[in-house]
Amino acid sequence: MSIAQKPNYLDSELGIKSWLTTLDHKRIGIMYLLVICVFFIVGGSMAALIRAELLTPKGDLLTSDAYNKAFTIHGVTLVFWVLIPAVPAVLGNFCLPLMIGARDVAFPRLNLLSWYVFTIGGVFGIMAVIFGGIDTGWTFYTPYSTSFSHTSVVLAVTAVFITGFSSIMTGLNFIVTIHKMRAPGMTWFRLPLFVWANYATSLIMVLATPVIAITVFLVGLEKVAHIGIFDPALGGDPILFQHMFWFYSHPAVYIMILPPMGVISEIVACFCRKRIFGYEFVAYSSLAIAIIGFIVWAHHLFTSGLSTYSAMVFSFLTFLVAIPSAVKVFNWTATFYKGEIHFESPMYFAIGFIGLFLIGGLTGLFLASLGTDIHFQDTYFVVAHFHYVMVGSAIMGFLGGLHFWWPKITGKLYAEGLARWAAVIIFLGFNFTFFPQFILGYLGMPRRYHSYSDEFQVLHVCSSLGATVLGFGYILTFCYLLYSVKFGAKAPKNPWGAKGFEWVTDSPPPTDNFDFKPVMREEAYAYKPDYEAPEVVHERA
Amino acid sequence: MRFVPEQASNFAPEVDYIFYVLLALTIFFTFGVVFAIIYLSVKYRAGSKANRTRPPHHNTALELAWSVIPFLMGVPVFLWSAKLYVEMYSPKNTAGALNISVVGKQRMWHIQHPTGQRENNELHIPVNRDIKLMMISQDVIHSFFIPDFRIKKDVLPEYFSTQWFRATKVGKYHLFCAEYCGTNHSEMIGTVYVMTPEDYQKWLSDTKWGMNKFGRPDTMVEQGEKLFVTRCAGCHGAGKAATAPSLAGLFGKEREMADGRRITADEDYIRRSIYEPDAMVVKGYQNIMPSFKGQIDEQQVFEIIAYINSLSNPQIQAGTTLPTASRKQETKQ
Repeated sequence: MSIAQKPNYLDSELGIKSWLTTLDHKRIGIMYLLVICVFFIVGGSMAALIRAELLTPKGDLLTSDAYNKAFTIHGVTLVFWVLIPAVPAVLGNFCLPLMIGARDVAFPRLNLLSWYVFTIGGVFGIMAVIFGGIDTGWTFYTPYSTSFSHTSVVLAVTAVFITGFSSIMTGLNFIVTIHKMRAPGMTWFRLPLFVWANYATSLIMVLATPVIAITVFLVGLEKVAHIGIFDPALGGDPILFQHMFWFYSHPAVYIMILPPMGVISEIVACFCRKRIFGYEFVAYSSLAIAIIGFIVWAHHLFTSGLSTYSAMVFSFLTFLVAIPSAVKVFNWTATFYKGEIHFESPMYFAIGFIGLFLIGGLTGLFLASLGTDIHFQDTYFVVAHFHYVMVGSAIMGFLGGLHFWWPKITGKLYAEGLARWAAVIIFLGFNFTFFPQFILGYLGMPRRYHSYSDEFQVLHVCSSLGATVLGFGYILTFCYLLYSVKFGAKAPKNPWGAKGFEWVTDSPPPTDNFDFKPVMREEAYAYKPDYEAPEVVHERA
Repeated sequence: MRFVPEQASNFAPEVDYIFYVLLALTIFFTFGVVFAIIYLSVKYRAGSKANRTRPPHHNTALELAWSVIPFLMGVPVFLWSAKLYVEMYSPKNTAGALNISVVGKQRMWHIQHPTGQRENNELHIPVNRDIKLMMISQDVIHSFFIPDFRIKKDVLPEYFSTQWFRATKVGKYHLFCAEYCGTNHSEMIGTVYVMTPEDYQKWLSDTKWGMNKFGRPDTMVEQGEKLFVTRCAGCHGAGKAATAPSLAGLFGKEREMADGRRITADEDYIRRSIYEPDAMVVKGYQNIMPSFKGQIDEQQVFEIIAYINSLSNPQIQAGTTLPTASRKQETKQ
């Protein structure tokens, strides 16, 4: 390192203490990434166990109880400590202040606190895994969870309860940051779409997370004190639990998918060298998804004995929520028109995202539609559908964003060729794993089955082989990214030729983000300022 | 190897039609977008000589078109599918329906025919006859799922759920528990045997079911009557109206409670009155009945209900059919 080099956020202070006490949103983002990686490995290895068990129809590798614990730990860890925080807490934390031209988030201490709360919640989660495991499924359905399961339900719900607060704090921080910390000239309609997506997500986090906190608290209370809330034998109502659980957990799916959608908007605009087509529609569609996403929860209860009239309302609203998602896909596609398309690794991931999201989103209609949902509910069709959305698309989007901003985050370039291969391998491996599960579900294979009838074996074997390919893709990505931290070439300020404040500052950025005072003087994504630049000059109110 | 399940019930063909319409929509949109992306990617790849003058950045008409048109495409599917759903979950009041009671408990389906035959993890039914299931769970939530019939209904503890269907093809089919219910959930499976009416009759009259003096097993009504005589008649029997209300003619009638509520005496009411008598006390009577929880099991509750039911509907004494279960779609208050 030359003496003349300016200190950046990574080397301005050294030592573990400087990290654990940092208030820098960029460092906190990285700390989130580390915790998330730990849980990704835990949840991923559980997936490996599940897929290995399902190679044969008989339950021969794991006992029934061990299998139940494996899929529960898989679901709980990946939902609460990977998919929900991945994009907002890592990429959002790192990029959002940079993108709006701020020095940090509005409440840096709260930001650090949210990481600690997240990590402490995670420790409880790990304790639940170690001390007895948990076998309720990530959905904690009552009365099984409260009155029948003999596993560490209380530890697990405590973990979820604690972790929820970190979501609320992050959401709050983002909302205030976006409202109050924008640089001069950065009007609402000049915000990068990633910021819009995180704004919509933050609204969900703040409004919905308290409901899951209450729900799991009541589960814990019923389990410990035998107060009848959800268990009908104690005078409770098990369907009430399902309503409360899904009132959070359905919007939570949008917490997982909206931020990656924001990432895709950034990547598509950059690599098409063009403003996103229909910017306003894409921005508003995020809000529309956040709002309508709140009123579709009971579509998880179509076979539970919901009244037929409520079922119709929820089915209709679920059809409706598909529209803003479709609008995004159409707008991304339209952005390609007359673009100048560069195919670098983030774009591979972005296109992969669009492919997986198309299938994931459209298969949701089979479940929104009442008559067909009766057949598909609780089968592998549902498993395939939500993996396409929550895992395929969300992780593809997360990796796309990670590759896009990696040079900014680490100041290093990764092996571009390997990254392209990884995107292709992950895309193919994912389809290979989960596409057969749609057919399994249509044939009637129920989910959470430890052993199954012989006729399903061929498809299960396909799925397990695909999972191997997928796992290889993830490991490959992990390896070359890690390698680049130490051995990668130094990244320039703007390796992709992208627009946005984060690409004007150094890679990695200085602790204060900018050595200059950022002022927004153009529209977002002004890649081609000479053509059809909007004439209205937005002034900041 | 199959890629599509059998169509073995009255509902299966229609569910599949909707499935294929949705599949067509999915293929249309997926291929449409994928081809557009491939075509545009090749045409506008960096360095190509394509015309890029005045690239459009927005087009409100187009935005509205691709919001409204897909929505309009979805509406007929929604309506069609909703109509089917209502049909599937609203048992028809057909006279010849066969009422079968189902008790789910961890790792087992307990089934009883109105003619008294009991079976575990097997369901024998005649082809082309309406089958009505009345189901309850003894512990956690289960879900009664026959993929080849395209039917599924959660089976809850403490509340009855119902499901009807008509099998249309003789054969053997899977019965699964679809709602995760704990250890060995995947062993809570069974087989549905759809038989010709003759075979079903033959199956019913198998000697293995045991014989009463009529040379057949006791019907559910008869079993219920025995229970009633030993457990209930002391207070609810004929001439005892001073201590407890008579149950003759009760079924399906509205009763006024001591607290002024008016409640229809349906299956849930009778069941709850057995287990939690103090929850609903009939007007003019003392709250003195003890709970029979732990003494009468869910299977026996079904039998008592059948008996009380038969008091209002004498034609079911023969035990061939039970009267229509009152509609329970809106279940809980």
